[in-house]
Amino acid sequence: MPADLNWAIGGEAGDGIDSTGKIFAQALSRAGRHVFTSKDFASRIRGGYTAYKIRTSVDRVESVVDRLDILIALTQRTVEENMDELHEGSVIIYDGERTTMQDLEIPDEMVGLDVPLKSLGEEAGGAIMRNIVALGAACEATNFDVAFLDESLQKRFGAKGESIVENNKKAARLGQEYVEEHFDHDFDYDLDTTDEDYVLLNGDEAIGMGALAAGCRFYAGYPITPATNVMEYLTGRIEEFGGGVVQAEDELSAINMALGAARAGARSMTATSGPGIDLMTETFGLVATTETPLVIVDVMRSGPSTGMPTKQEQGDLNMLLYGGHGEIPRFVVAPTTVSECFWKTVEAFNYAEKYQTPVYLVADLAMAVTEQTFPPEEFDMDAVEVDRGNLVSDDAIDEWQNEKGQFQPHLATEDGISPRAFPGQAGGAHMTTGLEHDALGRRTEEEEVRLEQVDKRTRKVETAKQNENWDYREFGDSDSEKLVISWGSNEGPMREAMEFLEEDGVNVRFISVPYMFPRPDLTEEVEAADEVIVVECNATGQFADVVEHDTLTRVTRVNKYNGVRFKADELAEEIKAALAESTEVTA
Amino acid sequence: MSSDVRFTDFKSDKQPTWCPGCGDFGTMNGMMKALANTGNHPDDTFVVAGIGCSGKIGTYMHSYALHGVHGRALPVGIGVKTANPNLEVMVAGGDGDGYSIGAGHFVHAVRRNVDMTYVVMDNRIYGLTKGQFSPTSREDFETSTSPDGTHQQPVNPLALALASGATFIAQSFSSDAQRHAQIVQEAIEHDGFGYVNVYSPCVTFNDVDTYDYFRDSLVDLGEDEDYDNNDFDQAKEVILDSEKEYQGVIYQDEDSVPYGERMGFTEDMSRIPDGAPENAMDLVREFY
Ligand SMILES: Cc1ncc(C[n+]2csc(CCOP(=O)(O)OP(=O)(O)O)c2C)c(N)n1
Ligand code: SF4
Ligand SMILES: [Mg+2]
Repeated sequence: MPADLNWAIGGEAGDGIDSTGKIFAQALSRAGRHVFTSKDFASRIRGGYTAYKIRTSVDRVESVVDRLDILIALTQRTVEENMDELHEGSVIIYDGERTTMQDLEIPDEMVGLDVPLKSLGEEAGGAIMRNIVALGAACEATNFDVAFLDESLQKRFGAKGESIVENNKKAARLGQEYVEEHFDHDFDYDLDTTDEDYVLLNGDEAIGMGALAAGCRFYAGYPITPATNVMEYLTGRIEEFGGGVVQAEDELSAINMALGAARAGARSMTATSGPGIDLMTETFGLVATTETPLVIVDVMRSGPSTGMPTKQEQGDLNMLLYGGHGEIPRFVVAPTTVSECFWKTVEAFNYAEKYQTPVYLVADLAMAVTEQTFPPEEFDMDAVEVDRGNLVSDDAIDEWQNEKGQFQPHLATEDGISPRAFPGQAGGAHMTTGLEHDALGRRTEEEEVRLEQVDKRTRKVETAKQNENWDYREFGDSDSEKLVISWGSNEGPMREAMEFLEEDGVNVRFISVPYMFPRPDLTEEVEAADEVIVVECNATGQFADVVEHDTLTRVTRVNKYNGVRFKADELAEEIKAALAESTEVTA
Repeated sequence: MSSDVRFTDFKSDKQPTWCPGCGDFGTMNGMMKALANTGNHPDDTFVVAGIGCSGKIGTYMHSYALHGVHGRALPVGIGVKTANPNLEVMVAGGDGDGYSIGAGHFVHAVRRNVDMTYVVMDNRIYGLTKGQFSPTSREDFETSTSPDGTHQQPVNPLALALASGATFIAQSFSSDAQRHAQIVQEAIEHDGFGYVNVYSPCVTFNDVDTYDYFRDSLVDLGEDEDYDNNDFDQAKEVILDSEKEYQGVIYQDEDSVPYGERMGFTEDMSRIPDGAPENAMDLVREFY
């Protein structure tokens, strides 16, 4: 169990909660501590409440837990919202001078630090700095050197001028000194530091960075939570590499723009969430049948319809695996951690081009908005490989023409993979169409040609199944007959849940699957187990269906669909309950 | 680009299956002539075709081409042009494709002003689905789905373009071969979104908007010495004139700067290194 600290700042939307939280997260990262953040958006009571939560440890952290040690409460409601996570010895920092805070009652077993955040902010140069005063106060309560904030304050406010940075540094120190002078208390918390240098980023940023590393040059998108960050990350950066971002009028347009850019030869991507995938599904079949390489990112949120836009769900799997009319060859890749968002994006571009097939890269809200620390080597750019597949060189173009000198973009080759010529290449001119077509890309309804083309598209996927590694990630006791399977961001909480389970004498084998299609065959693993549990954030168990389908085995489903990701301690309980239940059934 | 390209080089060896007499023949011929006259080559040209009888044009022309889904041709063209500004991009489709299912994209393509050409083959009918009314059909037009008229106003696509901030608006008639080719050529040469609405009669399902009708009613603005197509107000007047039909370049903003130029999209985006870019580790360091 990591010696972790759970820290949060909460208030009204518009209070600068996110940016303040991020400043503290960065400071922890600078101090060589690992950080794993989460965000509470909407309220469990009523709208407007938002919080930024940080779990930090010197060891790597992969999950959130239901425990809060330090809380900066800008509103009384922040305390109410988090009461069930607060415990004996929890520290609550608040500004008792605020009229709205005057009814606040801090339970006896907790430590209330009434700090005049606003007044001290004014003293530093403006009330707006009250959040930074609170950060300073939190530093004192955790025995954390306030100087660690300096670098992140510089990063956050540097563009606004040196005096603003200095004022903020002062605000932090005023908060720290106030607690030091006014509260004669021995706090339970000590934030050790290390010499490590970490980077701090979220899943959306990792996807964007992966795209740039992989040579993505064109991005079109329409803003939608929680995928917008990908577009915002790329804007201003992709241009440095000679690329561009276009904000489209809707997702129908975005995917068609991305398709056009891909036909012109650019590595091309679009990102959206479920409602956008609905619209893009119209063009998805066109992308596949014209054999156009395209990466389509789905950052899932709670559905159906507009659902709960800021809440977690893994509810789109069926749509991604099966969506669209007709039979559409596709790949579906699902990173399981924030850093894997980077690597799987790189892979996605290679699959797309090698197999001239659309690739769904499916992430979920929890990992998209989680900011997490990593050693920078985890994103070793030298390890990035770019494989563009069967691009035809100018000299070799005639090898791929028919006897009339016409280029054959859909030539039915042995492995199903056809040659690609980019517009501008002499001798490569060709059309393609969403209608069934022949090798030249022209419409046909001839039976033999239809069969040939369907078969060659299927063959590409078979080739990919054989040529690539569709491995799962494995943790825990590989000899255990208790098998837990999950996908997406559940990997982190599950890994930690295993530590809780071990304490109770329960050892499990855990398989985390990053490939939804093609995917690893789990038949042996499932057959070797007595009990199989599939964990996922949806109500029906969409991946459980897939596992049962693949292995013809009934599995026990652990599902969560209240819009909140799994938490390690809670998940451990769920697994125990599921194991107990399936033992009862077998007994 | 070579100057010895003839317009027949843009013709594929596929025989059109349009009905004999269909306006789309003339529309396509004019487009091919305009492409050849502007010094383009099939290997450097990308045609995006919509879905409809009109959309078959992608098959009958020879160039790089994509025949996509109904109504989405314009965004594809924008993607192609952005990814490789060296290409000549021409988008073509029907009135249903462009003004009904694709109307949203039309408005935004116009205001985005990407340097490409958009040819709408306007027959005021849904040809491919065998004769239902289209967004440009007259109010009293009787079809299988409008037995006693459409009970709605036809859209005025030129006005829609003007209101959306168009920098080039033209109208032509497929059977006035020379004029049509000339107008499309001007659209190609325009620095920005060159939009041409081409009256391209459907001889099978529209017996109202016929060759005779257009021949009799079209006024050629090119012959009107007083008409200044750089004058927004004059253009507005012509476009809102519901009494007459016009052909010619109706409006052109001489100061048009295409989207790609404004955004700095000047490079061919298809060429990339075989690993991460040289300075990629800087991207990671940003997250310190
Ligand atoms: C999503 C979708 N809805 C409906 C259709 C059927 N459809 C094909 S073409 C067309 C209308 C074509 O009219 P227009 O764009 O004017 O082209 P024309 O045939 O007149 O040249 C329709 C409704 C389709 N292909 N796709
Ligand atoms: S139905 Fe009309 S638009 Fe279609 S090919 Fe025939 S004449 Fe042309
Ligand atoms: Mg039509």
